[in-house]
Amino acid sequence: MALTALVAMVRKDLQIFFGDRRALIMSFAAPIAIASFFGAIFPGGGGSGEPARIPLRVVDGDGSAIARAIVAGVQADGNLKATVSVETDARDAVRRGNATVAVIIPKGFGDAAGAAFFGGRDKPRLELLYDPSHGAELAMVRGILTEHVMRALAPPGFSLPYRVREEAVVARANAKYNGYAHSFAGMGVQFLLFAAVDLGIGILLERQRGLWKRLRSAPVSRHTLLAGKATSGTVIALLTLLVSFAFAMLVFGVRIEGSVLGFLAVAIACSLMAATFGLFLAALGNTPGATRGVAILATLLMVMLGGAWVPTFVFPAWLQQLTVVVPTRWAVDGFDGMTWRGLGLSAAVAPTLVLLGFAALFGALAVVRFRWEER
Amino acid sequence: MATPALEARDLRKAFGDLVAVDGVSFTLERGQLLGLLGPNGAGKTTTVSMIAGLVAPGTGEVLVDGNVLAGDVDPAKRRIGLVPQDLALYDELTARDNLRFFGALYGLRGPELERAMTAALELVGLADRARDRVQTYSGGMKRRLNLAASLLHDPDILLLDEPTVGVDPQSRHAIFENLELLKRRGKALLYTTHYMEEAERLADHIVVIDHGRVIAANTLAGLHAEHPGAGDLESLFLALTGRRLRD
Repeated sequence: MALTALVAMVRKDLQIFFGDRRALIMSFAAPIAIASFFGAIFPGGGGSGEPARIPLRVVDGDGSAIARAIVAGVQADGNLKATVSVETDARDAVRRGNATVAVIIPKGFGDAAGAAFFGGRDKPRLELLYDPSHGAELAMVRGILTEHVMRALAPPGFSLPYRVREEAVVARANAKYNGYAHSFAGMGVQFLLFAAVDLGIGILLERQRGLWKRLRSAPVSRHTLLAGKATSGTVIALLTLLVSFAFAMLVFGVRIEGSVLGFLAVAIACSLMAATFGLFLAALGNTPGATRGVAILATLLMVMLGGAWVPTFVFPAWLQQLTVVVPTRWAVDGFDGMTWRGLGLSAAVAPTLVLLGFAALFGALAVVRFRWEER
Repeated sequence: MATPALEARDLRKAFGDLVAVDGVSFTLERGQLLGLLGPNGAGKTTTVSMIAGLVAPGTGEVLVDGNVLAGDVDPAKRRIGLVPQDLALYDELTARDNLRFFGALYGLRGPELERAMTAALELVGLADRARDRVQTYSGGMKRRLNLAASLLHDPDILLLDEPTVGVDPQSRHAIFENLELLKRRGKALLYTTHYMEEAERLADHIVVIDHGRVIAANTLAGLHAEHPGAGDLESLFLALTGRRLRD
């Protein structure tokens, strides 16, 4: 009888989920839309699109051959969008955010730089005006500028004494990094947790509507009731995740470059974790309204710390270490490993086990804290 | 003497410092409707909740056919049907889908479940709207479906917690007819209500509780005999429980 009841609970929850077409479309369309946006704006996501170039103003206050060569060099550089300007306009452009950096070549720079380079004289100053909200771009411009100044100063035939070979390191040859893989993993996990919030709120609404009185009056064990909810929650979460990734594969060419089995293991473990998180919310919550606010805050924190919005490597070192206690970090890392990193099944073991551990923890807390008495 | 279908034996329940039910006892025979009356907060719903297994009694016992009801999965719970005060239905589903789900909780499936659903829907007059979503139903139709959902597993004992709240006279009349039919079929019915005329019409035995205690228990005629000159049941009820407002 327990199995009949459990199957009935899952079927009923799926009927309700699929019965509300508007909510159904939102469940699938929202993660796809947001993941597509994030995938498009982060490096590696554009595919055929040109990468954004750094807007730059360059002021030639010198007019020497060396200064003209520097200006020509930055104008031809594919990483920069350089415009020749006068100093007042350049400063104004940076202040207004129309340019990220302005390079001011002062009068006498060419002669002084040549003398410093070959004769060890005092070094002239090159001024960089920059937008303080773009610190990373300043470092890039500084490096690019060094190359062009060196080229302008060097005698004919001089070149840098080395060449660079760049190789994107992934597990499989010919596998390309696809920014959409990370964005769909991140947004997939985020919306999976939103589905978990809906599960928890749904249970509280069922209680408010008196439905749990009916469930509890039936000869069905508490474990069967929670297992039914956990199963339907897992199925819905898994479905949301798989539909998102299927879209990413069809439209953006995302591939599971690593282990398909590992990908499925991470997806199932992550869905189970999300479902038990929903039960945990229902166990702690009193009213649907109050619980929703707290649950969404907790979800957003988990998602943010898990690297779903921006990859965790941009976090400070201490935060990167701290976020290993967040299940979403393991989920996103697990999906990254199985998709664009192209790692094998063994790399899915740790994320899967950790996610199952979190599922066991949330489930146990839900069983202990669930309010079983229906007054 | 036959074993009663249901016996509440010295039930007590406290929520923190609040004693909601304090030593309530009564018996319910087959084919009998027992009216459980009391003002707001008297302990009626808590008593019903303990019998239905929703709340564990602090002390005391619930006996079904002489056997103590114990635990969530006690098979004896299958002999009890609960009609909650709330409209405990999934508005998003059709009547049939609601019944299919609630029947499955009692282990019904296949043709047995189909037959039970058809019989329950016909009894409450909703067979022609069975495939409509519950959210399209009127309040009275939902109340009738609320009753039908409790009858699927053919319980011997039916617990009805204010089953006619907010319904029109037609639906109320239909529910009364259903209950009278169930009584004739030998079901034991425990009925809580605020409407005295309902108790006067339906109840074979009346138990009045207040502040968690039984303050009167008898047939309607017996209560009038015990309190001569009290007038109708409502006057008698007010004489027993007082006129102070209960919120």
